[in-house]
Amino acid sequence: MGEILLEFSNFGFQYNAQAEPTLYDINLTIRKGEKVLIAGPSGCGKSTLAACMNGLIPFSLKGTMTGSCTARGRETRDMSIFELSAIVGTVLQDSDAQFIGLTVAEDIAFALENNCIEEPDLHDRVKKAAALVGIDGHLQHAPEDLSGGQKQRVSLAGVMVEQVDLLLFDEPLANLDPATGKQAVELIAEMHEKTGAAVVIIEHRIEDVLHRDVDRIVLMNEGRILADMTPDELLSGELLIKNGIREPLYLTALKYAGVTVTPAMHPSSLPGLLLAEEEKELVRKWFREAHSKRQIEARRDLLTADHVSFAYPKGQKALRDVSVHMKEGEMLAIVGRNGAGKSTFSKVICGFEQPFEGDIRFFGECADDWMSLSIKEKADHVGYVMQNPNEMISQTMIFDEVALGLRTRGVPEEEIRERVEKTLDICGLRPFRSWPVSALSYGQKKRVTIAAILVLRPEIIILDEPTAGQDYRHYTEIMEFLKALGEEGFTVVMITHDMHLMLEYADRSVVFSDGAVIADDSSAGVLTNMDVIQKASLKETSLYTLARLCGIPEERAFVQSFIDYEHAHGKRGKAKEEVRT
Amino acid sequence: MRNIFNYIDRPSPIHDLTGATKLICLLLWTFAAMLTYDTRFLAALSVGGLLLFAVSKIRIRDVSFMLGFTVIFMVLNNVLVFLFSPLHGVTIYGTKHVLFTISSRYVVTAEQLFYHLNLVLKYLSTIPIVLLFVCTTNPSEFAASLNRIGVKYSIAYAVALALRYIPDVQRAYHEISQAQQARGIEMSRKQTLFKRLKSAGAILIPLIISSMDRIDTISNAMELRGFGKNKKRSWYMARPFRAADFASMAAGALLLVISIGLNIVNGGRFYNPFIS
Repeated sequence: MGEILLEFSNFGFQYNAQAEPTLYDINLTIRKGEKVLIAGPSGCGKSTLAACMNGLIPFSLKGTMTGSCTARGRETRDMSIFELSAIVGTVLQDSDAQFIGLTVAEDIAFALENNCIEEPDLHDRVKKAAALVGIDGHLQHAPEDLSGGQKQRVSLAGVMVEQVDLLLFDEPLANLDPATGKQAVELIAEMHEKTGAAVVIIEHRIEDVLHRDVDRIVLMNEGRILADMTPDELLSGELLIKNGIREPLYLTALKYAGVTVTPAMHPSSLPGLLLAEEEKELVRKWFREAHSKRQIEARRDLLTADHVSFAYPKGQKALRDVSVHMKEGEMLAIVGRNGAGKSTFSKVICGFEQPFEGDIRFFGECADDWMSLSIKEKADHVGYVMQNPNEMISQTMIFDEVALGLRTRGVPEEEIRERVEKTLDICGLRPFRSWPVSALSYGQKKRVTIAAILVLRPEIIILDEPTAGQDYRHYTEIMEFLKALGEEGFTVVMITHDMHLMLEYADRSVVFSDGAVIADDSSAGVLTNMDVIQKASLKETSLYTLARLCGIPEERAFVQSFIDYEHAHGKRGKAKEEVRT
Repeated sequence: MRNIFNYIDRPSPIHDLTGATKLICLLLWTFAAMLTYDTRFLAALSVGGLLLFAVSKIRIRDVSFMLGFTVIFMVLNNVLVFLFSPLHGVTIYGTKHVLFTISSRYVVTAEQLFYHLNLVLKYLSTIPIVLLFVCTTNPSEFAASLNRIGVKYSIAYAVALALRYIPDVQRAYHEISQAQQARGIEMSRKQTLFKRLKSAGAILIPLIISSMDRIDTISNAMELRGFGKNKKRSWYMARPFRAADFASMAAGALLLVISIGLNIVNGGRFYNPFIS
């Protein structure tokens, strides 16, 4: 066993601004060379625990500590944040917001500069750190010229440039597309091997992190540690689901098929999964019985974009001959890597940008020619919800925020009151209608922004990353709400990186790559098509791999059956009930 | 995107000087130009500034926007001076040579015209040099230079961060304003001033709130990487002074000395050709 780096014993913490402690009875030891995943739903205290590890608590965020928290044997409260940061290096969640320097080299050099490291050491160490994470070809690049994955490499290099004993990653997979997320997990594993530093990953997307082995998973909920065990043990039990964490999809599928998951099966790694022949047969039997019986109903076109091309001034073509048909009442996912044209396409649909080629037609109740309408007029039919609710909300009170679009349209105040209240009802915000926006959580603010668009009664609502930064419970809440909108006849278009969302909620997925549509198919079809997956930086679903493992050649049908089975009896039915009550 | 600090990367002797040298020379030069109204000296500075421009390989069209802006400002300044104080030159130089009369109040004198010439020379002697500094100093090096001339590094770094975030804020502003337009917020000239101010709020408030979130994150990130640990810090982009740097600073200091000397010789800030 390696040397103890961090040790919490009977540790608790309460923020000054809060009435209740956020952490209770934490007992946790991190040793040199270990790799530990800390998982838990939003608000479980995992970010607070991370802040205690890197010293933001108690040095930046104030509160009361109880019990003991030591780093290399010294109480952290007797150290300084700088002493602690020489032991624990932190990579924060948003790799764009933490990019400090004007160029890659300066950002990596930041910690060294603060330590007064002079030439020629400074340039030398920056080069070495950049080479270690494979970003040395981009030293002079500015942050806006880098992809999400490259920015993350820079953040990592900026921490590794000083020899720390422990690397702490706070939600490293948020904001990354599936393929980049997979590379990030591989990169973390590689750094762990090369440097021998301990690694702590805070993340609720367990399946993605388990793409590479971890030694232990620490499960948290409501400020306490509920489990601290090997991944195989944890995945064989029910603790994850009970605490609002999604288990890997392939395990859910195995359970549907009646297979009992045991630690001996090595359930934490899909390539290493050991299934007996009888168990594989159980899966095949389930597939034969469940084999998709769903028929696809024909739907009417509501908005069609045909052969649309667009380029930003002085830029290369951002959209090339794009044709997409949006149908009445459907849930449509638009996927692809960052910069593939997803957002540009929705901006063209909303009229924020004018295409220079192609035709957009609208078949709803709208007398005029679509292309001649103003942004504001188009917004009466197609609503757009931005990813970050803080970038949309401009009023202090919730009621006023939702009423804003109606007021600018000169709707009489009486009608406004009626329509706003009705919308707040649909969005589950009625109890908050006289609250200030600032009192709401991030997820609730997201709903306010959706309400503010819905109140205009658009036939189509486009959402940019509707579930970014949400844990499984909030994800389910938001998605069930959107699905209910779909059932009421709204067309819901979701721009997303989340493959679970695609699989579970989208009737259809349109895949963008380099400004062109490269696939337009059911989500099961897209996520089992290796060619498309590779081009669009997606990741094949683990159900696909499971189907192969069990000797089922119709992978696509297997995935579709799983989705349909979930629609009919799965956990989503249950989750829906919970949301309603 | 980074159009506020319009750094143009073209190899030249001026680009080779360190940022700190250029900043010090800029300060010395502008002080020298501000202290005196000696026409001969200002004319020499103007010619010198233009020569440096040629050396730096920065072309006129690279800075045409700023230049146009300056010319408008200069013309406006001269017109206003004449309108409000048509006999300012007479008060300064103590003689009155009337050239022609427009009305009883507005009389054109040689002294006044000479004063205007001086005003124009002031612009000509300082603006090119400021533009030159902006175009030839790498923004990354700018913070390091500020720190080197004695500005506290926390303040110097704040400047660098502002430069880092300008493109991000521009992009956020653009996106927010599009989304708010869709909700019916209009910024066009058709609206009354009051409505336009309200609309500006609907865009600026989300911009400020989301920027505050970013500031929170960045300040945590900076602290976690040791910002503020020591009284001093080193700079990745800093370069050592070389002979050309010392020579340039010496030349700058000489200009300031000449300027002060002229103030003494002329017995005031103005060079007076009317009494000789």
